[in-house]
Amino acid sequence: MAGSDDMIGLSIAEMRDGMSLGEFTALNLAEAHICAAKNVKELCGYVTETPDQAKEMAVASDARRAKNEVGALEGVPLAIKDLFCTKNVPTTAASQILSGFRPTYESSVTANLWRAGAVMTGKANMDEFAMGSSNMTSYFGPVQNPWRREGDEQAVAPGGSSGGSAALVAASAVPGAIGTDTGGSIRQPAAFCGVVGMKPTYGRCSRWGIIAFASSLDQAGPITRTVQDAAIMLSVMAGHDPKDSTSVDIAVPEYEAALTGSMRGLKVGIPSEYRVDGMPGEIEKLWAEGADWLLRSGAELVDISLPYTKYALPTYYIIAPAEASSNLARYDGVKYGLRLSNDDLETQYAKTRGTGFGAEVKRRIMIGTYVLSAGYYDAYYLRAQRVRRLIARDFEQAFEKVDVILTPTAPHEAFTLGDKMDDPVAMYLNDVFTVPASLAGLPAISVPSGLSANGLPLGLQLIAPAFGESMLFCAASSLESCAGFVPRPTIVAGPN
Amino acid sequence: MALDKEIVARIAKLARLEITESDLEVMSQELSQILSWIEQLEEVNIEGFEPMTSVVKMDLKVREDVVTDGDQADDILANAPERKDHFFVVPKVIE
Repeated sequence: MAGSDDMIGLSIAEMRDGMSLGEFTALNLAEAHICAAKNVKELCGYVTETPDQAKEMAVASDARRAKNEVGALEGVPLAIKDLFCTKNVPTTAASQILSGFRPTYESSVTANLWRAGAVMTGKANMDEFAMGSSNMTSYFGPVQNPWRREGDEQAVAPGGSSGGSAALVAASAVPGAIGTDTGGSIRQPAAFCGVVGMKPTYGRCSRWGIIAFASSLDQAGPITRTVQDAAIMLSVMAGHDPKDSTSVDIAVPEYEAALTGSMRGLKVGIPSEYRVDGMPGEIEKLWAEGADWLLRSGAELVDISLPYTKYALPTYYIIAPAEASSNLARYDGVKYGLRLSNDDLETQYAKTRGTGFGAEVKRRIMIGTYVLSAGYYDAYYLRAQRVRRLIARDFEQAFEKVDVILTPTAPHEAFTLGDKMDDPVAMYLNDVFTVPASLAGLPAISVPSGLSANGLPLGLQLIAPAFGESMLFCAASSLESCAGFVPRPTIVAGPN
Repeated sequence: MALDKEIVARIAKLARLEITESDLEVMSQELSQILSWIEQLEEVNIEGFEPMTSVVKMDLKVREDVVTDGDQADDILANAPERKDHFFVVPKVIE
């Protein structure tokens, strides 16, 4: 049997091979990763660890393997963003208002993972209700990025909202995790932590059992250390679900088979509007380098224009808060979670919600309530929905000329933990490159591609047409092999 | 548009959020800043473009109009802060 340390840092594909060769069991893996979680406790990556459940699930997985029943993720330990409802396991959305909540049901995406044999290590920390780009808004305290600036011990933000998922994967506490992405919540933390983060097409994965933030934008997706692992995970996560009428009923390909590594004949669009004011030269340089890598892999580069890009963020900050204010109306102290005051119903609502929600969540409920209120609906909400159509049309027109679009994932490297908290708009600008694809419902992936001058990871983003995940993974794997990114976070769970 | 404390208090009431007097001040500044940034959308010519309500071109599925779910009162009430028999308990609403 392999030593415990040898199992930390393996990819999902390597774990799959190791188990099938009998080098180690699912239980060995589960125990090694329970220990790994302890080693990186300072990152605050988990809200809830589930070691007992992990061991139970691993034992069951080994029993299935003995009977030759081997699922696509058989025995693979995974962390689950605490936005996915997991049966009998506390689910908090990193909010005080859900304290004590134990779902009596399992989300469809996690159910798909367990059906394929995966093992849950715990529930990953996140920004409260997935609202944030830093993980500072978690009720349970912020996640730390396992990376540090060279020669600097100061804690760095992991990005958000799926910051716990990204940090745990980057620190090798798990080979993979699931997150959700509403405006960049998978891709931006993946870029900040030097891992792969993928948001599928809206409708690819069922949203049933995911605590809702903005229903027309939310999508589940994988966070892994390799593109291949993301492909393996998405094939399991995706698929039609009768319980989510917006999940699309089309076949889910074996994405792993699409990783041919060839870019021959593919046209890669470079959108001029993604050169924003004040963007550091190193981001621009990495972007140009990425384009050159794809060119040398056989792709053709095409300059394109997405003229409505600059309106994506303000559009998003009308639509997402509007949907959030409606979705979060359900937290009233009656059905689940926190309840404060028993004076009268109105006071109970206001006190419970006023205390139970954190500052950023309240801010967004307030914006949403305002833009949906009588007299302002047309000026804000309807206008934003019409601009959204123009943003989506930008991409439709671009994809008449190109197969995939290459951009930076974020306009800068990871910032110091705690920065930007006094300026909401500066924080929102983190998602300037990820929000447009979200508004258009398109699949996109962040691939770790280089290091900043400070020694922090930087990501490049690829965006594909709707349901073009196979091609997206193919292009991402080309980018990955050209980049030859070598992860070297300061805080790691194992010896690698 | 600048939101003064009175408007912020009115929105907070609509949203059923208790906000302290000192937070009202901070929030009115923050929300005003966010809204004035959002208002750049006014320069976009949206003439002739319908609001986008669904990003994926698909028809919603139809199914037989029959009961497929239910009889889960215990599960539904399992997380209630206060319950009695098969009811959620709330402070008295009707005098």
